[in-house]
Amino acid sequence: MAYLTDRKRAEGLGSAKSGTKHFWKMIGSSIALQVMIPLFVFTFGMGLGGTFEEVQAYFSKPLPVIIMAASLIVLISHFTAEAAEAVEDYMHGMAEKLTLLGLNALAYTLIAVGLFALARMAL
Amino acid sequence: MADVNRGNRPLSPHLMIYRPQWTSMSSIFVRITGIGLLLGSILVVWWLIAAATSESAFGFIDGLLRSWFGDLIMALATWALFYHMFGRLRHVIWDFGYMLDVDKSELFAKAMVLISFLLTAFVVIVL
Repeated sequence: MAYLTDRKRAEGLGSAKSGTKHFWKMIGSSIALQVMIPLFVFTFGMGLGGTFEEVQAYFSKPLPVIIMAASLIVLISHFTAEAAEAVEDYMHGMAEKLTLLGLNALAYTLIAVGLFALARMAL
Repeated sequence: MADVNRGNRPLSPHLMIYRPQWTSMSSIFVRITGIGLLLGSILVVWWLIAAATSESAFGFIDGLLRSWFGDLIMALATWALFYHMFGRLRHVIWDFGYMLDVDKSELFAKAMVLISFLLTAFVVIVL
């Protein structure tokens, strides 16, 4: 939805860089998570505690899989953004840059692994 | 110019002398729970991929999560999840301009801790 000219996309970000966007993303994911966390706790709680076959059967139904997949994506992106904020607060220079890269890598890996696992069980 | 070498001068004491208050403690705990939950989500993803892979892999992580130690971690993580959820809700409410006075914020902080305990107890007993 980039209803922006190229110039507008480039200018106007100022020294805050993508801070405003980050801020609104956090608000948006926080509000979304208010609803998703009870669903996630319930779904994961029902899933945890079964035997191997029970868990596989539980995650072959569409509703638990969809809740888990959506919650995982939103949760992990949200926590990674928060951890990135914390890193920006406490670390500086090269260490900060490398840690931020590592965090992003961890986030994408977790999302990929989680989605793969859910897809494997669901399909 | 912030990275110009400013010498090795000591900082004035801050954390050591400022009295901890409901607002500052709840704020740092929201951050701590956030990072802790990132590590907890590693466990959840581990459990999922083990469940998708094989009996033996699942046995390991399931055994870990169902031992008393795993139960403790799960209970703490549930508390952290609810506490963090209410903490972020509080931030969103603040961002939109409501409830900015100190006494209301302190009340919310205390309520956050209490409700998180209640919800965790509910989750632990029911699930």
